[in-house]
Parts: sequence; structure tokens; C-alpha cells
Amino acid sequence: MSPKKSMMDAALIQKAILQAFYKLDPRVMIRNPIMFVVEVGFLITLFLIFVPDAFGGTVSTGFNVAVALILLFTVLFANFAEALAEGRGKAQADTLKKTKKEITANKLVGSDIKQVPSAELRKGDIVLVSQGEMIPGDGEVVEGLASVDESAITGESAPVIKEAGGDFSSVTGGTRVVSDRIKVKITSDPGESFLDRMISLVEGAKRQKTPNEIALNTVLTSLTLIFLIVVVTLPFYADYLEIRLEIPVLIALLVCLIPTTIGGLLSAIGIAGMDRVTQFNVLAMSGKAVEASGDINTIILDKTGTITFGNRMASEFIPVGDAAAETVGSWAAIGSVRDETPEGRSVLELMKKQGIPYDAAAADGAEFIAFKAETRMSGMDLKDGRKVRKGAVDAVKKWVVSQGGVIPADLDKKSDAIASAGGTPLAVAVDDTIYGLIYLKDTVKPGMRERFDELRKMGIRTIMCTGDNPLTAATIAKEAGVDDFIAESTPEDKIAVIRGEQAEGKLVAMTGDGTNDAPALAQADVGIAMNSGTVAAKEAANMVDLDSDPSKIIEVVAIGKQLLMTRGALTTFSIANDIAKYFAIIPAMFMLAIPELEILNVMKLGSPNSAILSALIFNAVIIPLLIPLAMKGVAYKAMSSSELLRRNLLIYGLGGVLVPFVGIKLIDMVIHLWV
Amino acid sequence: MVTAISIGITLLLVLLLARPMGLYMAKAFDYETTGLDKWFLPLEKLIYGIGGIRRENQTWKQYVLAIVMSNTVMILLVFLIFRFQGSLPLNPSGIPGMEPTLAFNTAISFMTNTNLQHYSGESGLSYLSQMVAIVFMMFAAPATALAAVIAFIRGMAGKPLGNFFVDLTRSITRILLPISFAAALVFIALGVPQTLEPTAVATTVEGAAQEIARGPVASFLSIKELGNNGGGYFGVNSAHPLENPNALSNMLQILLMLLVTTATPFTYGKMVGNAKQGRVLFVSMAMMFIVFLGISLTAEYAGNPALNALGIQHEQGSMEGKEVRFGVAQSSLYSVVTTASETGAVNTMHDTLTPIGGLIALSNMMLNTVFGGMGAGFLNVLMYTMIAVFLSGLMVGRTPEFLGKKIEGKEMKLIAVTMLFTPILILAPTALALFTNADTISNPGYHGLTQVMYEYTSSAANNGSGFEGLGDATPFWNISTGIVMFLGRYLSLVTLLAVAGSLAAKKAVPETAGTFRTDTGLFAAVFLGTVLIVGALTFFPAIVLGPVAEQLTLTP
Repeated sequence: MSPKKSMMDAALIQKAILQAFYKLDPRVMIRNPIMFVVEVGFLITLFLIFVPDAFGGTVSTGFNVAVALILLFTVLFANFAEALAEGRGKAQADTLKKTKKEITANKLVGSDIKQVPSAELRKGDIVLVSQGEMIPGDGEVVEGLASVDESAITGESAPVIKEAGGDFSSVTGGTRVVSDRIKVKITSDPGESFLDRMISLVEGAKRQKTPNEIALNTVLTSLTLIFLIVVVTLPFYADYLEIRLEIPVLIALLVCLIPTTIGGLLSAIGIAGMDRVTQFNVLAMSGKAVEASGDINTIILDKTGTITFGNRMASEFIPVGDAAAETVGSWAAIGSVRDETPEGRSVLELMKKQGIPYDAAAADGAEFIAFKAETRMSGMDLKDGRKVRKGAVDAVKKWVVSQGGVIPADLDKKSDAIASAGGTPLAVAVDDTIYGLIYLKDTVKPGMRERFDELRKMGIRTIMCTGDNPLTAATIAKEAGVDDFIAESTPEDKIAVIRGEQAEGKLVAMTGDGTNDAPALAQADVGIAMNSGTVAAKEAANMVDLDSDPSKIIEVVAIGKQLLMTRGALTTFSIANDIAKYFAIIPAMFMLAIPELEILNVMKLGSPNSAILSALIFNAVIIPLLIPLAMKGVAYKAMSSSELLRRNLLIYGLGGVLVPFVGIKLIDMVIHLWV
Repeated sequence: MVTAISIGITLLLVLLLARPMGLYMAKAFDYETTGLDKWFLPLEKLIYGIGGIRRENQTWKQYVLAIVMSNTVMILLVFLIFRFQGSLPLNPSGIPGMEPTLAFNTAISFMTNTNLQHYSGESGLSYLSQMVAIVFMMFAAPATALAAVIAFIRGMAGKPLGNFFVDLTRSITRILLPISFAAALVFIALGVPQTLEPTAVATTVEGAAQEIARGPVASFLSIKELGNNGGGYFGVNSAHPLENPNALSNMLQILLMLLVTTATPFTYGKMVGNAKQGRVLFVSMAMMFIVFLGISLTAEYAGNPALNALGIQHEQGSMEGKEVRFGVAQSSLYSVVTTASETGAVNTMHDTLTPIGGLIALSNMMLNTVFGGMGAGFLNVLMYTMIAVFLSGLMVGRTPEFLGKKIEGKEMKLIAVTMLFTPILILAPTALALFTNADTISNPGYHGLTQVMYEYTSSAANNGSGFEGLGDATPFWNISTGIVMFLGRYLSLVTLLAVAGSLAAKKAVPETAGTFRTDTGLFAAVFLGTVLIVGALTFFPAIVLGPVAEQLTLTP
């Protein structure tokens, strides 16, 4: 794997070098005012090489050439940084494009199958996809069940099950059906598919500047203008003192003072930040969303699947009234024979484990009643007219009472006991009699507690949402260490919570996968949909997690913060550098006319010319040296903002003051051998 | 030792007065009913009635418009009085009308709280001009700036900005008038004349008759200092024995200059509901002040190295241009205070400060954040605070928040533009003057450069003190400094009130552990770093060619 990767890197670098030259086009450069100033400086010095006395200058051609070359490299380094960041995205896009080959689709027209190229498919068309075929476009499974290999997008090689109805019905164009056969309703027109959007995003074609990037850009532009004024007015001051300042020296001073370091790396930081999110297998619809995730105050997490494993397993049958434990188990099993939910299957498994026999034949020819959010029960209507139900205790109670049944006296006590222990009680009833409870146990994923502690340190509050009753919810909440929870929550509750938090001025993030999560995902400031989720959820969200791992939101927050921190740190570094550059160039500029200024030459640089060139070289080489940092981002560990600031201020603020003193001195020691 | 104690006592008094004064100011501008209303409301109601002022909240645009329009009208009015003072009443000495460019300069100078005086001392103004124009503006100008900063603070606290005319009135009735009245009484007790009698005639020891100019000096003096105006009754300002007779009057002047500007951070803390926010800024500014004062004192006590090398006795430090009754300590303290508070009153000749002493005076004005002028200085401080918040917000990985308000593109654009004003207003006209008007500069070389730079820095920061030595009563100087004073005053006022308007409209974000706190020592460090790096780096080359080169070349 690794040799292949490094070869790709070599190719990437080659491309980026070429791109760096293409980007010299002034029409492209003007988009980055700071580097544009450097390019103009380069053009002026280039002109001076050929017409040295154009402005009455007396500078040697050698010095002019040196300044021009360093300026050229400064611009090239900045262009290279941007091109490299873009190149990484492009490489990813190319891999994706390969999956976007032309596919022949089996379109259903009436009852006939017509073979059409996938590009001709429109929203609403129905296609048939069989084992071994590619799914021709984004869509929803309307009939059948199949396992699908989605590795082209997710990188995950294990196939996933897609089936009609429910939350696992959406399929993506370019993925392959590895078993069975499904009917898919196409949900996007050509050019608008998920893959298309993904390609344009990683290519950076649609990259818009984020709000913080715009704010930073104005500040940097303003600083550039300020230093432009400083340098433009300086010759008048010198002139009054009868000191001559040479044009290339003034240009060198200007280029050293304007924030070229951050100016050269700014767009690379932005692209690389998005790239990091993508490499993390999260697809952000905009850079704005990534930035916003760094500002999140509250995260709303579903309990099931995110905080806990979710597949609550039956662990015990508890009889109520005068029923026997075996009776509870056998009725629960009969009611679950055709129940494909993890809970249902776990009931049968528990029966098997406990070796309790039951009359499976009783379920023959029975009608299966699926679980619904409204009824919160599932079960079987047997042929002999008896109705078996299992489900939420209060729902089953209501159902039994409606048929004139009596509630056993110990039911509430026993179900509360299960709930307060963190389990979920399911009541089992046949017609008007409740026989007992199924004890479903849920387990908190390992390491969740530590992650919530981390979030708390970052100042982020976590709220757990669950359909469980308050007692169960409280137990899990305590075990996982979340800050708050909402029990028996409905999708409307989630929106209400999000709105409530937002009304206080907070930014809210949430994850979701179901269609009923869509409104809440849209309402949240950062909504992350699971790739396994429905199309509606994915469209409402501003990020899609291709691995469908809901706890990943925590890393996304960290990436968002890292993106801003990298910008802030390099800006501080860039500005702090100016102190040393001043102490290199100012004495050099005036030392011949005012020898007493030698005292300001604190670095004891060899000669005026070598001092100026050293500062300029430092200014140029610091850009490629910081490219890895710009790409990787500043290291981020969860800690309070004050600690974080103290650390970054020490490294990038104080470091930014000191590093150039050392760097310029070292360069000068070499340069001074010639100048 | 005695001087150290006297400086210590003065600064201790400044420290003791700052907080109570700040809290008083917060109360004075509180639109809710307070105990102060009993005393001041009747008078204010009368003023509101006469002025037809409806006490309604204004939007930031209305507030800015009220400031700029009212100030422009006042400038025009005063310009006309200066121009035609010769034919207007109350002119017993028959002083002629002012030359147009000088009238332009003087009108702007007093309306912008600068008090740069290009006219010749006591003989340039009629009594009408003195009383109606000068004294009136000495109240109106600081009151305007104070109103502006209060409006800005209200915006940051998420409240409506208020009403300019109400704030202007309250600045005068509740702060400037009562305090300057009380201070005038003390000045009289200390020997400052307060009379409407004509010039006194005395016979000197040698038998010659001497005319001693006098007048209502004490009342003029107290608002000159309290309002950070700085324009002298006498040409030589507070170096004149009748305008500053002794050490005690000198100390009172220093207290008055610093009173409102050191109190403003506490007013701010009170109004935004977090006293620590104000205290952090106060301590940061006080630190800069102490360091600058230390440098100035050291430089002045060390004296001129070239003269010292000649074996001239210099135990008292550099006494050139200083009053013997104040000595080096009180003179350099005064020079630091007057430039830190952008007052511009002088008790010593700034031209003859040692180059480093002059550099400190210059730096105070360039930064305009070492407390700074009434209102305007603290506005500038809050601008730098927001830049510091922006940088540190990014460094902790969050959209920057200040007092719960997000600082976003719109605010940063306005602030980025505001950052440009001071460098442009100082560096560009200095270059222009050096290039076109070198003949009006009395000194060649580095000192001449400093003279020019000082003049524009003083104008841009609305300080008004002069380095002197410039032949500055020419149309070029009158017009150019007039423009710089005007723009130095109003440009940033407009952009920063726009920021306040935008912040006031924002929903406050609740504070969490992830919020970056702006009321800590760490933030004070970031703030100081921002002021020194962003603010000072701009002027580094110019300073090297001016005072620094001068100091270094003085070495024998």
C-alpha cells in the first residue's frame, strides 16, 4: 500500500508544481491580494534587471536578480501550497469519477424492461437491478431486498443490506448489488446525483469562502494596505534626510512586512480542512458547515446506535400475576416468530439458549402485526383468533384494558425495576391477559463516557434523545455521562429542543438517519445524516457520514475547530514575524547613511545586502516549510479555551517572534559568504 | 526621592478616583430613573425644551448623523465668528477677523477636541471668539466624544444606542459643568486669576512698566484639562505662571486630564454588566502608561549625551525648555499624561524633550490607547480589543465572540477599514509636508522629521499639543492639519458606531467553557500584543528615522 501511495504523492507534487506556474497568471493572482502584491513586486524587479537605472537606481544587477528570483519563488511556493491542496481533492474526485462510468439500466416501462443508458434516467423512473449489476443512479428501493457493495463511496468493503421501506431504502448510483434483486425508483436527474455533488465538492469547484475566511481576508488585506502606505511614504522621509532608498530594497521591505505566510497558505488551509473531513469519510456540503461545527454549543445524540449498541437484547423473561416464566417465554416467542427486528430475534435466541420448547406451529398461517410508532407494539393475529402482542408496557396495558382485561398488580413494580436498572421492559399479552415482561438490556458503547468528558471540556453540552421512558433514559444517561436527556422523545421533541437551544443563541448539531429526522436535521446548524439513512435525511443534512457512525460528530467538531485554529495560529505567526524582519531590514536600509543605526542590527547580520536577502529568503521558505502544518492542521486536544489560547500563543505568537530571528541569522551566515 | 513620592501620590490619586468616577458616569448615562435626576433633570428638561429634543432612541445611523451634522454646523458657525470677529461686538482691543485658512483650522481644531493652535497666543481672538466659540466648543467637543463612546458601549451591551442630544446634554450637565466648576474654585484658591478686569500694569524692579495679561483663566483652565481640550489661555499654555502657578495646580491639572479617561473602562464594565471586563482594560492601559512614563523619566534624567560629554553639570537631568518650578519629574510626567490623555496642554516645551522623551509623547498619540482622549481613546481601545478577540477567537477554534456577540465578516470589514485611518492620516501628510514644505521646518535632519510627524500625529489623534518649531501658520499647514483633525475625529467614529449598531442587533451567545474569556490576564496580554504589534509596527520605520536616529546620533 505504502509504495503506491508515495508514488501517487510524487505524481501529485509534479502536478502541483506545474499548477504553481499556471497560477502565476495575474488574472488568477488578483484573487489573493497579498500574493498579488508580491507578484507585482517581482515584475518591477524583473524590469529593473534589464533597465537598472529606470528609477535612477544604482543597485547591482546581481542584487536585482536575487530579489526578483526570491519574489518569484515566494509566489510559486504559495501557488504550490494551494495547488497541492487542490490536487489531493482532485485525486479523490478522479477515483470517484471512475465509478461514474456509463451504466446500462434496465428501465421498467409499463411491465416491459427497456435497456437505456443511465444518463437518460430521470427522476421518478423505476429500474430493476440484479445481482452483479451496478445501480444506475441514486434512488430508493421500492421493492425487494439486496446486499449492496458501497465500497466505491465509503471505502467499506462489507456489503450492506438495502430493503424497501424503512430507513435502509436509499441506494447510491455507482454501487454494486452483490446478491438478490431490487426495484429502484430513481430520485435524481443526471448531474445532480450524490456522486456528482461529491465530485464537485472534493474538486473544490464549488468552494465558497467561509464567513470566518472572509473576515480574516479583510483584516489581512487591511494590513497589506497599511504596510503599502508605510513603504510608499518611506522614500519621502528618507529624501528629506538626503538618504536614497532603492526600489528593490523597498519592495523587499514591503514583501517581508505584508502577511505573506498566512496569505500564501490561507486557501490551502481551507481546502485541506475540507479534505480532512472528506478523508474522514464525512461529506460536508459546504465549508461553512465545517466551520460552524467548530462553534457548536450543544450536540443532540440519539441514544440508540450512537451512545449504546442499540440492539437491545432480551435477557430474561419475568412473569407477572400468576403466570410461569415458561409461559411468558413461549408467548413471546410465538409473537416473535416472524419479527425480524433485533429485539424479536433476540427473544428466539434467548429461548434457544434457555432450552425452552414452544409451539412454533401455533404461529402457522398467522398474520404478522409489525411494530408501528403509533401503536408501539408488534405481534401476531393467530388463525384461531387469539391475538398475541408484545410492546411498550403502557401501550400493551392500554390494549389489554380496551379488551376488558385486568392489569396484574405486580406489573408496574416489575417493569419499573427493569427500567430503573437501565433495561427496557416489553410487556407480553394474549388478548386480555398480560403474562409477563421481556427484559431488554442495552449496553453503552465503550469509551463514550470519556468522549463526553472531552466534549464538556470543549464547552459542548450533550443531550441524549431516546424513545425510552424517563427511568430507563436516566439510567443510561448517567452511565454514559451525558449532560441531559429527553425521554419518550418524538421527532417533534427534537425540533423543539433544537429551537429552544437556538433561541438562547446556541449552535446545535445532531445526527440522524430516518425520514422523520429530516426536519430536525434541517433545523440544526450542523446536521449529519448517515449514509445508510433515507434520501430525505441526507438532503436535509449539511453533512453525510459515509460510514454511518453517528458518534463521528465529535471528530467533525474537532476538525472544524482545527480549521479555524490553523488560520488563527498562522496569522499570529505571520504578523509576529514582522518584528524580526524589521530588525533585519531597517538597519540595513539606513546603515550606510546613519552608521549609528548599527545598534539596531541585533542579529549582527553580515552586510546590508545579505540582511535584506536573508529576510526575504526566510519569508519565502517559511511558506513551503509550513505547508505540512497547513495541510494537517494545528494539533488539537480537547481543553478549555484559555489553556488552548495560552498554548497556541506560546507556540505561534512567541514562536513567531523568535523563530525568524534565528532563521534569518542562519540564512545570513550562509548568504554572507557571497554578499 | 521627593519627586518619586510626588509622582506616586499623583498616580495613586488617579487610581483612587477612576473607579468611583466610572461608576458615577455609568449612572449619569443610565436612562432609567436614578437619584441623579433630582439634581439635573430640571435643567436638562429646560435644555431639551429649548432644543426641541425628543428623548427617543436613535439607530446608529441617526446617532452618527446627529454627531456629524451638529458638529459640522458648529464648525461653520464658529468659522464665521472667527472670520468676522473684527466687526462683531465684544472686541475692545479691535482684533481683526481671522485669515480664512486659519479660521478653518481653528474651528475644526476646537470642535474636534484637538485645540491645535496655529493663531498667535492671546492676541488672535476677540472676547466674543474666546467666550462663544472657544469655551463653548471646549464643552461641546468632549461631550460629543463621551456621548459616542457611551453609545458604543450601549451597543456592546445589547441595548439601544440611545439619543445623541440627550447624551450630549448629560455629558455637559452631569459631568463637565459640575466638575469643572468645582475645579475652577480650587484653581482660584491656588492662585490662578479669575477676573474680567483688564490687563494689569506693574512696575518692575528696573522701573519699567509691564503689562500682565489676565482674565477668567481658572474657569478656562478647568475645562481645558477636564475635557482633554488642551488649548491654552495663554500662548505658552500651562507653562505660564498664571495658568499653572505651582506643584499643586500642576497635580490638579494631571488629575483632571486623566479623570474621565481612566474612569471610562469602569463605566464600560458597569454598563456591560461585568466589572472585570473594564478592569482588565484599565490594568492593560495602566501598564503601558507606567512603562512609557518610566522610559520618559529615564531619558529626561539622563539628559543629552552630547552635552553631558562636554562635562556640563546634568544632575537635574535635561532642563532645556522646562520650567524650573516643575523640574524634570513634573515636566516629563505632564508630557506623558497630556499625550496619553490626548489633552495637548503642555507645561514644558515638547520640542526640547530628549529624543526618547519626545518618542514617548509621539507613541502615546500614535497608539491613542494609553487611556487616550475623552471617549475617542476608549473607542480606539475597544477597536483593538475586537482585533485581539478576533485573533484569539481563531486561535481557540471558534468564531470570535466578544461579550456574547459574534464578531463576523461585517464587523471585521468595518474594523479593518478603521485600522487604516491612523496610519494614512499620519504617514501620508507627513510625507507630503516633507516633500513640499521642507522650508517651513525649523530644524534639519531627524529632528525636523519628528517635528512634522508630531504635528500630524497630534492632529490625527486630536491631541493638539505642538512640537513647535514649525512655521505652521501657513495655508498649507492650516488646511492639511485641519483636514487630518476632521478625518481623525469623524471617520473612525462613523465606522465604529456602525460596528456598535451591528453588534447591538445581534443575539447574545451564552457563555460556555468553550467561550474565550475577555476578562482575564491572558486576554490583557493578547490585547497589549495586538496594540504593540499591529499599532506600533506601522510607525517603526518613521520612528527610526526620527527620534531613534536623533538619539543615536547624539552620542558623542
